[in-house]
Amino acid sequence: MLQLLLKLLGFAVLNAISVLLVMGFYGAGVWPVALLVVIVTLGLDLLYLGPWAVPLKYLAPGILLLLTFQVFVILYSGFTAFTNAGQGHLGTKQDAIAAIALSGRERVPDSPKYLLAILEGPTGLSFLVTDPDGAALVGDPATPLAPAPDAERNDAGKAVGLPGAEALTFQQILGRQDEILGMEVPIAADPADGVLRTQDGQTAFVFRSVRAYDPALDAVVDSSTGVVYRDNGRGNFAAPDGTQIDPGWRAVVGLDNFARMVREVRESEQFLGVFLWTFVFAILSVAMGFGFGTFLALVFNDPRIRGRRIYRMILILPYAFPVFLSVLIWGGLLNPEFGFINEVLLGGAKIPWLQDPWLARFSVLMVSLWLEFPYWFLIATGALQSIPRDLEEAATIDGAGRRRLFRHVRLPLLLVTVAPLLVSAFAFAFNNFNLVWLLTRGGPIALDSEIDAGATDLLITLTYKLAFDNSVQDYGLASAISATIFMIVAAISILSFRRTRRYEEVF
Amino acid sequence: MRWFLQTGWRHLIAWVMIVVVLLPIAWILSASLSANGTLTGSNELFRSISLENYADLFAGERIPFLRWMGNTLLVSGVSTIGTVAVSCLAAYAFARFRFRGRREGLAAILLIQLFPAVLGLVALFLLLDWIGDIFPAIGLDTHAGLILVYLGGSLGVMTWLITGNFNAIPRELDEAARIDGAGHFRIFISVILPLAAPMIIVVAVLTFMLSVGEYAIGSVVLNDRDMLTAAVGLTDVATGTDGRNTNWGLFAAGACILATPVLVVFFAAQRWIVGGLTSGSVK
Repeated sequence: MLQLLLKLLGFAVLNAISVLLVMGFYGAGVWPVALLVVIVTLGLDLLYLGPWAVPLKYLAPGILLLLTFQVFVILYSGFTAFTNAGQGHLGTKQDAIAAIALSGRERVPDSPKYLLAILEGPTGLSFLVTDPDGAALVGDPATPLAPAPDAERNDAGKAVGLPGAEALTFQQILGRQDEILGMEVPIAADPADGVLRTQDGQTAFVFRSVRAYDPALDAVVDSSTGVVYRDNGRGNFAAPDGTQIDPGWRAVVGLDNFARMVREVRESEQFLGVFLWTFVFAILSVAMGFGFGTFLALVFNDPRIRGRRIYRMILILPYAFPVFLSVLIWGGLLNPEFGFINEVLLGGAKIPWLQDPWLARFSVLMVSLWLEFPYWFLIATGALQSIPRDLEEAATIDGAGRRRLFRHVRLPLLLVTVAPLLVSAFAFAFNNFNLVWLLTRGGPIALDSEIDAGATDLLITLTYKLAFDNSVQDYGLASAISATIFMIVAAISILSFRRTRRYEEVF
Repeated sequence: MRWFLQTGWRHLIAWVMIVVVLLPIAWILSASLSANGTLTGSNELFRSISLENYADLFAGERIPFLRWMGNTLLVSGVSTIGTVAVSCLAAYAFARFRFRGRREGLAAILLIQLFPAVLGLVALFLLLDWIGDIFPAIGLDTHAGLILVYLGGSLGVMTWLITGNFNAIPRELDEAARIDGAGHFRIFISVILPLAAPMIIVVAVLTFMLSVGEYAIGSVVLNDRDMLTAAVGLTDVATGTDGRNTNWGLFAAGACILATPVLVVFFAAQRWIVGGLTSGSVK
């Protein structure tokens, strides 16, 4: 009974959420997504209704989350790589047209003259105007002009006040002139109709964008110069001479981003440097961590050592400590002027640990070693202990010394067990964002770098910089680099997993 | 001399390593106890002991630290519970049922791990930005949005660990329960889960630790100062990225407060964590 109730409750929640999602997506005009939600919900209802497909019942939640937030995100990332998405290219074409209608406003030459009174009410300043026909209208930057029949008028018939609002005196207007001169009150709901502005606080005129969208031409026409800006197919309206109007919109630009990347690699040493350094860092970081961890495991894999367990516990501390904190702390320790290492350990030296390109790379690798060796120490210890004793004894009886024992028995067996881990550690190091970003921000940056690529930048930190940290956000190029990383990592892991399998067959 | 050649040098290495490992941790502890908020002030380890930084932190006037801790607890707590639940369900399917695509599914989960979420950060940002226009409750700068993103990685290494553990539970127990009339869900709840509880707790601890320390996604999704998780907020304090001056004293105190429970839990569960790590690799 209780189970049935719970089941019903589950269905109710599931379907209620779907209804909300469908209504939201449909209301926002993205009906394909709404349709997808309907299909998925029906599928889930069907799945959990009857006694079929039992394994899928347990897998469905995970698969759904995985599809939405990982698989879809990866695909969307791939798609973004083919677009111009970024600052100035964020919205749709409609958004861009609306924004253009709001920009570059100039006074309309034959604008009627509006007599103006400035009112202060509970919602801020507003314009009370008397149009040439004598009608009183009121509006503020957020609300277009509307008739104000209850306006008080002076002897000349000019509307000067409204109940519930206070008219500003000339002195007050002078005192707030910056604010008032910047006010734009829309004439109608359509931004293309223009706005009222004042230049003296007494009269207001119609200002309208000189650029207007012409649906018939699918182009923006500048009425003051007569230049026609056509849709250039790349997310901008552009004049024949190539000048573009900002903002543009998000558009598919094909391989542009990849072409730019290739050009950068060819032309800029920094970008090529980032590529190479990413590989060097990933390989060295794994090799050093694994090598040193294994060395320590061999050192402490001797039952004669007293206090082994205490040692082990302390040595794995870096593994337990939150990584971002460790990296930030190391950043402080390595500070050239005040850091502990220079000031105390090196007696006041001013070594630019994180400021010199080569020293910064060295420091990044050293901090990486500090962070990674405990993991490999643990793994190697476990792997060494799982090597059958009789195997080692047999080798010893056959006359193998300690060195041969290591080279021909322990190391191969160790490699078999850790090979897959080495591959995933490589993939991880390849994208070790936290370490580089929090230690050096990818720097030091060469002064002549156009894309702000620094000496310790990995591809992944460069992506982050391009997308979120630069003055100009470039999501398209960032995604193109992400896609490249994806392909590199995929290729390397497929190749090496094949090799590991072969390795495994030998033993 | 013979003692040194056989075991003594090993102790020597151990002591050198202990110094290397403990230095940063001792230094940050000392910085948190120094009344001076600068880097230099903490270079004479434990010269002065003052709780000023901690008092500052809890007063919350310079940084909303308690809020950040609360946010971290909420985000990491919910996403840990979600991840563990989703992982256990999936692991049950992988461990107890034979179906088409089972091996491929397990392999796919491992493969996807090679592509960290940071790689899709731009797309995640655009996705949340877009969703936020339609459903403001799960868009950018919301905890719900961040939790959903973290949950996207539920099926992962942790699922593998739990699957391995479920596999080790004798199937005879299932059979016995089935004969007693239990259905597959009942078996999952009353047989499998209780028996695998230690492993599930370890997985929960690891997941929680990972999400407490997550910086990249949090820094992109969250923006409002009061919404930040401790990881994002403390990083801003240490690097001055929020436009204010860096304050090492405050950062150090915050770091110690954040790290202490993590370390305590890690060492309490150490035996199982180490066991889990090595059993995942060493079959």
